[in-house]
Amino acid sequence: MATVSMTVNGKAVTATVDPRTLLVQLLRENLRLTGTHVGCDTSQCGACVVHVDGKAVKSCTALAVSLDGASVTTIEGLATNGALHPMQEAFREHHGLQCGYCTPGMIMAAVDMVNRRGNDLDEKTIREDLDGNICRCTGYHNIVKAIAAGAEAMGGKVQVRQAAE
Amino acid sequence: MYAFAYHRPATARQAAGLLAKKEDAKLLAGGHTLLPTMKQRLASPAHLVDLGACADLKGIERKGRNLVIGAMSTHAEVAASPVVQEAIPGLAYLASHIGDPHVRHRGTIGGSVANNDPAADYPSACLALGATIVTNKRKIEADAFFTGLYETALEEGEIITKIAFPVASKAAYAKFRNPASRYALVGVFVAKRGSDVRVAVIGAGEGGVFRWSEGEAALKARFAPKSLDGVKASAKGINADMHADAEYRAHLIGVMAKEAVARAVGK
Ligand SMILES: Cc1cc2nc3c(=O)[nH]c(=O)nc-3n(C[C@H](O)[C@H](O)[C@H](O)COP(=O)(O)OP(=O)(O)OC[C@H]3O[C@@H](n4cnc5c(N)ncnc54)[C@H](O)[C@@H]3O)c2cc1C
Ligand code: FES
Ligand code: FES
Repeated sequence: MATVSMTVNGKAVTATVDPRTLLVQLLRENLRLTGTHVGCDTSQCGACVVHVDGKAVKSCTALAVSLDGASVTTIEGLATNGALHPMQEAFREHHGLQCGYCTPGMIMAAVDMVNRRGNDLDEKTIREDLDGNICRCTGYHNIVKAIAAGAEAMGGKVQVRQAAE
Repeated sequence: MYAFAYHRPATARQAAGLLAKKEDAKLLAGGHTLLPTMKQRLASPAHLVDLGACADLKGIERKGRNLVIGAMSTHAEVAASPVVQEAIPGLAYLASHIGDPHVRHRGTIGGSVANNDPAADYPSACLALGATIVTNKRKIEADAFFTGLYETALEEGEIITKIAFPVASKAAYAKFRNPASRYALVGVFVAKRGSDVRVAVIGAGEGGVFRWSEGEAALKARFAPKSLDGVKASAKGINADMHADAEYRAHLIGVMAKEAVARAVGK
């Protein structure tokens, strides 16, 4: 067994795990954060995407012990004080989901996309950057719309926040 | 995945020590090849030596005529590096087209080169640019490094520490992606340094990455897309599978080479 400590959604956690425990298992089974899904378990689908030190990664393809000391954000960590994150709000508004299985990974990938590429995302960029996220329901059209709108809304929010500070 | 003992050394030297001491030990870099393989139980090392904390394997710098990239640099770091973009923009482009954004945040250049997947992108850049693969024991020229499918000149206990790419005057990459896997159906890296021209092909060869000599000869005469008009790659020794037959892949070599040259000369 090995001990691993990390920050998950702002809270310090320490767990004793078998070294082969994947990050997604630690999140779902030890911490009961079941918003992060396992779609394929073969590194293809992106349902398991979370942020590790601010970057989107597939949590089914990382050992928890490798991430000792890291800061992890899951879908549960996006909303603040009961208000949905602008990207979550955009997925709801634009009907960017049907069954919802891919949605947590899609939203975490979308926020990462904004972090890397800014708030003004065109359709081509969004579609290309969704290479690692598979949806079996929507046909992607509304996901792309939701991400473009969410990206824009995140810009607004950042400005408001900066102005308030 | 079968159980293993986990080690997290802080330097490449400590990692080498662990490899030497522990029976059936394997290095773990970004894990984007190794972990899926272990999940499928195609690999079951008794010890995993995680290079993730080895700060000495990180870093990207320009050293004289070389661009030197630490083995644990992720694909995303190489793609976004101003040093790479300035020295060899084609290499930054290549890194930015590996897999998807999430894969690029974890996968490393060292892991990719060590793995020598016949459809992986980096081996083509190493071969075309005439890179030197630096290990904890020696320096290996790219021409002698890639020895066959998933085979390299690396010996037991040897760790890639960095890769040195001589800066070329013109260099570019073009890749025809398998739309499902994002790996290359065919990828071609072209590089011109002085009078030397090298064309390296991945995805197509039965033995993995190879240099396309007819293409090189044609481009030596004049480094322009037009020089490849009518130059056909032979379908002998070319892969055939459900995605594309050998004829199709051979044809793609010419098409991708032309596209890469056009990019390299800025057209
Ligand atoms: C969905 C998906 C899509 C992908 N698409 C592409 C693609 O389009 N193009 C492409 O090129 N690749 C692609 N890959 C592979 C990806 O680039 C891998 O990250 C890479 O091949 C291996 O690097 P790694 O750091 O993950 O290595 P690991 O998986 O950790 O290790 C791979 C092997 O190399 C050995 N190793 C690692 N580091 C060293 C070192 N420093 N010295 C000696 N040996 C070492 C390990 O022991 C292991 O045997 C894809 C992967 C996935 C999951
Ligand atoms: S569950 Fe991780 S990529 Fe599909
Ligand atoms: S909404 Fe069902 S998989 Fe995307």
